[in-house]
Amino acid sequence: MAGSSQEHIRRRDDGAPEPQAPTPPPAAPQAQSAERDEALDSLLDEIDGVLESNATEFVHGFVQKGGQ
Amino acid sequence: MSVRRVMGIETELGITSTQVDTQGRPLAPQWLSGQVVRAYATAAGEGASLPVGSGWDYADETPLRDARGYEIARELAHVTQLTDVEDPTIANTVLSNGARLYVDHAHPEYSSPEVTSPREAVRYDRAGELVARRAVEHLAKEGREVRLYKNNVDGKGASYGTHENYLVPRTVPFDRLARQLIPFLVARPVVAGAGRVGLGQASERPGFQLSQRADYLEAEIGLETTLRRPIVNTRDEPHATPHLHRRLHVIVGDATMADFTTLLAVGSLSAVLRLIETHPDAVPALDLADPVEAVKVVSHDPTLRATVLTADGRRLTGPDLLEAYLEAVERAAASGHEAWEPDEDTDEVLTRWRQVLDALRRDPAECAQQVEWVAKHQLLQRYRDRNGAAWDDARLVAMDIQWHDLDPARGLAQKLRVAGRLERLVPDDAVERAVTEPPQDTRAWFRGECVRRYGADVRAASWDSVTLVDERGRPRRVQVPEPTAASRERVGELLARHTTTASLLTELASEDV
Repeated sequence: MAGSSQEHIRRRDDGAPEPQAPTPPPAAPQAQSAERDEALDSLLDEIDGVLESNATEFVHGFVQKGGQ
Repeated sequence: MSVRRVMGIETELGITSTQVDTQGRPLAPQWLSGQVVRAYATAAGEGASLPVGSGWDYADETPLRDARGYEIARELAHVTQLTDVEDPTIANTVLSNGARLYVDHAHPEYSSPEVTSPREAVRYDRAGELVARRAVEHLAKEGREVRLYKNNVDGKGASYGTHENYLVPRTVPFDRLARQLIPFLVARPVVAGAGRVGLGQASERPGFQLSQRADYLEAEIGLETTLRRPIVNTRDEPHATPHLHRRLHVIVGDATMADFTTLLAVGSLSAVLRLIETHPDAVPALDLADPVEAVKVVSHDPTLRATVLTADGRRLTGPDLLEAYLEAVERAAASGHEAWEPDEDTDEVLTRWRQVLDALRRDPAECAQQVEWVAKHQLLQRYRDRNGAAWDDARLVAMDIQWHDLDPARGLAQKLRVAGRLERLVPDDAVERAVTEPPQDTRAWFRGECVRRYGADVRAASWDSVTLVDERGRPRRVQVPEPTAASRERVGELLARHTTTASLLTELASEDV
């Protein structure tokens, strides 16, 4: 644990300029990302049938009273 | 010890229905919520819950007492702060697992029983999902259609709470506790956020953010939970021996569908509390220049690169803040301090917190099985890629809401669970048992077992009391101010000796629980 802590202290203090605005994360390796997309695609296909068919109406109707 | 402490999670559920009244108007959410509570009590049957309308005992509730050392006058309080007033129209019940199920304002609320570990907090939180599902299923059998959502926003300006409770020794000064906790609470959504489509209280701007609650936090410290919501809530209502304990009431967190996320939310916070209790000088000095603004900066940036300004002029990211707390916790855990004696719960929380934080720093996508906002973001981002949808596209907003639907046939997070894409920490059968069985090591055991064994003779209950009827039918209040008293070990044999409340009360009269 101590080793990984050191690594992070170094990483934080390595002098890299802090971006002022959010920037995109580094791209995942191509193969890994493609594999992920494929898995998500099959999941999206699977849930396609349960997604609200009239999303606009559903969103419009989802009104809650405030809570704690 | 360490991450183990008395804790619990209360969840207000979003509710919708297509039912209308005789004039074609939508039904009032308070009425609908009452139907949910009644439906559960009916479906669960005798012994699994008290009859709806059985009393909640408010005698020890003090919603206007402030941890900063004063109590606000009732006439100055907003009506929503008066949570200690019985409303006869509101449904309320206590379950045999020790939980409270009732209507809070306009939502059904499941308040889990007191547990003593983050893992048990996850288990009883999931049990609450099953309770809600059973209620909806029962209503469906009667031809009534109600949907429940374990989320915290409607995207149009309303937010409803998921509140966590942690027992903290009264000896810890509250102002220091609040100050040392705030930077952690600002950053915690990095590992504990449920994700949200839309930026701003009414989703004024398109985008995706980590936290459901961030945009509704408007103050650093305060008593309110419905107006000017603070990062640290000061309600001083310990539901426990007041001179020994505080109950830290955390209102900033999200309801979570991912086991890992729930575990990290409560586990990391409990660890930070132990750090604040045992090593006050080792808590990282991270006072923020503007904590309320920082909450939004961290939440609004799924790349985790946005920085917030500390009072001493440093710019740190959300992961930087969490890293500093985790390192201090890791050092405390290795310090040999008696309160940090190793145990499985602490090992699990610290190991997983470290793994997740390191992975998030490399690439958030690595945590799609563990961190809920990452899982939601990935699924929705892929949908955007395929369909060319912008973040304010109604289909994405709908998917965000549907992520939290407690109907397993519709809920997207539940679909991911089943597909093995959200890591499970608690087996289904263990969750199932938690629907009816109370935790054994807190007073929830006494409360739940009274419901199960003596249901009809229980007049009322609260976190720290159960009111039973004696041989003449008179109500007698049994107080249990210590949360770890009246556990199975302490009162199991006592309850086993009595089949009626009358005989139990007779024995109790001669000894203390």
